[in-house]
Amino acid sequence: MSEHFRSRIDLEFTVNGEAVELTVPAGRHLIDVLRLDLELTGSHAGCEHGVCGACTVLVDGQTVRGCLTLAAQLDGAEIWTVEGLTESGAIADLQAAFVERNALQCGYCTPGMLASAKTLVESGSVPSREAIREHMSGNYCRCTGYEAIVDAIETVARTRAGVEARVEAKVR
Amino acid sequence: MTIRFEDPNRPNSYIGRTVPRPNAGKLVAGRGRYVDDIVLPRMVHVAFVRSPHPHARIGAIETGAALAEKGVLKVFTGKDLAEICTPWEGKLAHLQGMKTPPQHPLAVERACWVGEPVVAVVGRTRAEAEAGAALVEIDFEPLPAVTDIRTALDKGTPVLHEALGDNLCFRKSNEAGEVDRVFAEAPRVVEATFKTARHTGVTLEPRVIITDWNGADGQLTAHVSNQAPHMLQVLLAGHLDIPESRVHVICGDVGGSFGLKVHVYPDEVATAAIAKIMGRPVKFASDRVEAFTSDIHARDHEATGRIALDENGMILGFDVDDWTGIGPYSIYPRTSAVEGLQVTNLIGGPYAFDHYRCRTSVVFQNKGICAQYRAVGHPVAVAITEGLVDKAAAEMGIDPIEIRRRNLIADDDYPKTTAAGLKLEGLSHHKSLDSLIEAMDYEGLRAEQKDLREKGVHRGIGIASFIELTNPSPFMYGIGGARISAQDGCTVRMDPDGSVVALTGVTEQGQGTEAIMAQIVAEAVGVSPDLVRVVTGDTRVTPFGGGTWASRGAGIGGEAALQAGRAVRQQALEVAAAMLQAKAGDLDVRDGIIVDARSGEERLTLAEVGRIVYFRGDTLPKGLPRELMQTRHFITSDYPYAFTNGVQASYVEVDTDTGFVKLLKHWCVEDCGRIINPLLVDEQIRGGIVQGIGAALFEEVCYDASGQMLNGTMADYLVPMSAEMPDMVIRHVETPTAESALGAKGAGEAGTAGAPAAIMNAINDAIRPLGGTVTHMPFTPERILRALGTITD
Amino acid sequence: MKASIGGYARAESVPHALSLLGEADGVGRILAGGQSLIAALNLGVSAGDMLVDITGIETLRGATLDGDRLVIGALTRHGDIARDPLIAEHAPLLAAAAPLIAHDAIRNRGTIGGSLAHADPAAEYPACVLALDATLVLEGPAGRREVAAEDFFLGLFETARADEEILTAILIPCARPGDRHVIREAARRAGDYALAGLAVVRREGRHRIGAFGLDDRPVLCAGAMAKWDAGDVDGMIAALAKDIDPPSDTQASASYRRHLAGVLLRRIAAELGEAQ
Repeated sequence: MSEHFRSRIDLEFTVNGEAVELTVPAGRHLIDVLRLDLELTGSHAGCEHGVCGACTVLVDGQTVRGCLTLAAQLDGAEIWTVEGLTESGAIADLQAAFVERNALQCGYCTPGMLASAKTLVESGSVPSREAIREHMSGNYCRCTGYEAIVDAIETVARTRAGVEARVEAKVR
Repeated sequence: MTIRFEDPNRPNSYIGRTVPRPNAGKLVAGRGRYVDDIVLPRMVHVAFVRSPHPHARIGAIETGAALAEKGVLKVFTGKDLAEICTPWEGKLAHLQGMKTPPQHPLAVERACWVGEPVVAVVGRTRAEAEAGAALVEIDFEPLPAVTDIRTALDKGTPVLHEALGDNLCFRKSNEAGEVDRVFAEAPRVVEATFKTARHTGVTLEPRVIITDWNGADGQLTAHVSNQAPHMLQVLLAGHLDIPESRVHVICGDVGGSFGLKVHVYPDEVATAAIAKIMGRPVKFASDRVEAFTSDIHARDHEATGRIALDENGMILGFDVDDWTGIGPYSIYPRTSAVEGLQVTNLIGGPYAFDHYRCRTSVVFQNKGICAQYRAVGHPVAVAITEGLVDKAAAEMGIDPIEIRRRNLIADDDYPKTTAAGLKLEGLSHHKSLDSLIEAMDYEGLRAEQKDLREKGVHRGIGIASFIELTNPSPFMYGIGGARISAQDGCTVRMDPDGSVVALTGVTEQGQGTEAIMAQIVAEAVGVSPDLVRVVTGDTRVTPFGGGTWASRGAGIGGEAALQAGRAVRQQALEVAAAMLQAKAGDLDVRDGIIVDARSGEERLTLAEVGRIVYFRGDTLPKGLPRELMQTRHFITSDYPYAFTNGVQASYVEVDTDTGFVKLLKHWCVEDCGRIINPLLVDEQIRGGIVQGIGAALFEEVCYDASGQMLNGTMADYLVPMSAEMPDMVIRHVETPTAESALGAKGAGEAGTAGAPAAIMNAINDAIRPLGGTVTHMPFTPERILRALGTITD
Repeated sequence: MKASIGGYARAESVPHALSLLGEADGVGRILAGGQSLIAALNLGVSAGDMLVDITGIETLRGATLDGDRLVIGALTRHGDIARDPLIAEHAPLLAAAAPLIAHDAIRNRGTIGGSLAHADPAAEYPACVLALDATLVLEGPAGRREVAAEDFFLGLFETARADEEILTAILIPCARPGDRHVIREAARRAGDYALAGLAVVRREGRHRIGAFGLDDRPVLCAGAMAKWDAGDVDGMIAALAKDIDPPSDTQASASYRRHLAGVLLRRIAAELGEAQ
């Protein structure tokens, strides 16, 4: 191997606002670094080929697939996972709406769903249900049938935009 | 004591209300604890070398290179594990004539499907175990494969297991009346063939197990993503020769199950056997690619069906020949015959008629093992039934609603035993249909459909009535000798401060078991649900039970919880009566306070009862029972199953140029008896419908003729995603079962049972005027265009 | 499913990346957004690769104008292409194509250069650059060269890029007033690879049609283009069927895909005002 190629990589980045320094195998993807090295098990590995969205986390403010990103590529990045987003309160309204509307069953997809939903509801506008469905279409949920998730996100988007929620009627 | 369910203002009226799920908060915070989140000291990881061949003799196995790989600790073959783990056979004694050969944790002589585990490689990390597995060399000698269902029993087809003589696992015909005569004489006979595609569960959390053998303590611990912890306890104990009391199975948070995680898997048993050999924790976390080949499959059915009617469109009988391929082994311990068996029971289920024949032929093939998966057999039976009913209606010029009105069993005609032999306690087909018609504005939709058709827009409305089997008794598995429990239990304990812990044998996989148990126990004891802590999925602490499958959690586990909670309440009242020098019968518990039952006057808190019982028992009369912990078990006995019913409707638009189907809306009215938590029931139905939509439009495990799987990733096995799914309107009718005080039946499978048929009928309603019908699921754009004759080559 | 790689190096510049590729003994792989490559590595399609990570080379990111050509850096991400007003103005076809690619999280990482170099026959961008008559810029040890999009795609995942070269930029003739750019595809689910798709550019009555999902490579549909230029819509559909040689797989047969391509083209033609 050429001396320029490394099999282990030294990294410095921030996770949930905390500085992290660690050395990881070069082939280790972000989701494994979060789960195995940093013990942040809230995000899940569902398919490891970029389709299911369970490993979706925020890198520099944007959603990424934790399984399609090598940790080695993230030197200097700012990473947020469900643990940090919970502690900061950034998605408290989304989380409350998911619980209220029962927009989760087994909960395995939920941290990824919340990460994807976060970037939609913080746009400030109220997306149509079709737009919510389209935006969330990269996150697989086997349990809910999606409607409750769409409802919860719609409620939060409307509340954030100061528009009255209209889907609470489904919660009897 | 009966609960006045009809009075929503009764004290402690938690049953029947939407209350939030107590375990949802941790899940949205990422604080769930799924098995793959668990890391134990000295834990190692196993990866499996799986057969790349549909059928092959296993020759020499070269493991040297794998063992030399950095981080690889051990390599095990089938012969190694066979020394400490006995094989199993997925058979039930009451399924006469059933055959299946012994199955080992790792294949020993032959590999019989692509994905069968053959060699296990243990490494310090999963990555190292995988790297080692890639270096194992197995000398496979390919053997001829059986793949086609209909020719599996032909003379020219090779026999998959020579010792069994042929490829027939099981065959049964359910027959009543005079089928041949009636079909020969009937004014109208309509026939069609149906196919339901082979599916797999695609739980978002793949299967995962950690097993640990503590030799010093003689104890096996298994953390596993599973629906039936006690079943697994018993079976692991049996095959690894450990007393059942020394096998501890823990099912914490489970990332979806749907029946996929109620079976015994060879790789999971292998993981336990390896832990027993290595004496340290071993984790097996299935990855997605091996999930596609090693998780159970389901629904691979082909059927020819006939319906006979009189000149008024009254159904005279059904005659169905169903065939299903189940892979090379019958699943353990439930068997792979039950899906076909269900089809023979459920055809024509909602309708009144006298002449019935349904035969199922369950054959072996070199593909993944098929087994019980959400709504076992129902989607197949409902599709055949409702496809035939709609085809008959179309041919006779009868509206689809009208033909159902004429033939659905009358709501006052119960109890009833159907021609297929099902004992029905009480159903509400007509009430449900009325509610559906109103909910969807049937006439309005028909008018809109007609208008749009004139503009070249092809929309269709599809209806599907169904029954669903829930709350199974031992008639399902126990009588066949399987160590699968149909009873279930709950222990309720009041702690000193008056809060309550409920330990239940049914499990939580997201349905909301913990929420409904908290509601039931709260109402039974007389405390607020947020004071009830529910514990599930731990064989060491919960009463022995069956777990959660076949929509049994609410109806069976719930009744046990209700009775245990009431027993605790009664004990608390006895103690309070002694303290107050009153009669227990004059007191009640309301919201944690002992009150005078008549006036409602507050007398004493439960916390005071707890303080006295646990810390100042000396002040109570000697000999006064003071057990604030009570266990009750419940089993159904009047009926083998509690059937539920419902009806679904689908509204679709078919692009007749491309064959694409757009789902516009979906409705379901269903009757699961007493509803404990309306929101949770609605979401069970919605989730189930979308799983059924997957069946109708997207999902199909594809194999080539040689038995190679063609689409084993999530990029090409299409599951339903949010963008294409419709909004769904859910309504209920409540016909409680009289078998229990609670009156609950199951609600977990109704959505999945009926949705495929509703969508099939809707598509056919849209395209029938153009001369096409589809009955081969999934209804891909291409299949629709072929039905229309647009594509012919 | 853990990626097994031989080594990793982060390139600071294009020359640095080229030198790293040179050191990799023929097993060098350029890592850009990684949205196809890492999935393939996880699936074990490839193992032991020496990854040259070029994502830190800022000069390869973003779009600029160079006279009447739009220059898009190879590392410009799908999400940026969808949002960049310069691209929306001068290459609206790409702005329309980007949202069709997969999902948000993928579009936030995936790059146009990576997509073109990967040359998935079902991907949108390769067909777009054919329709746009774009030029691809390759830099290698021997210097810089430009390859017309038409000459770039050689077969299934096969391009004119040599192993030791890096695709650095895409040069696109700017859209002129009156030009029409349309992309239409038919995918089973939002974000899926399309069963069939067409990217069309009309300029001054002449048409370029790039097809994706319809052959072992993106195809410039010369036969259909000629018929369309001649105003023969039915002839165009018939010619399209001959321009392409669609694959059959578990999703759809070749005949279905061929039919679907015809439907899409007819719809695009109608959208562009052609009489049916």
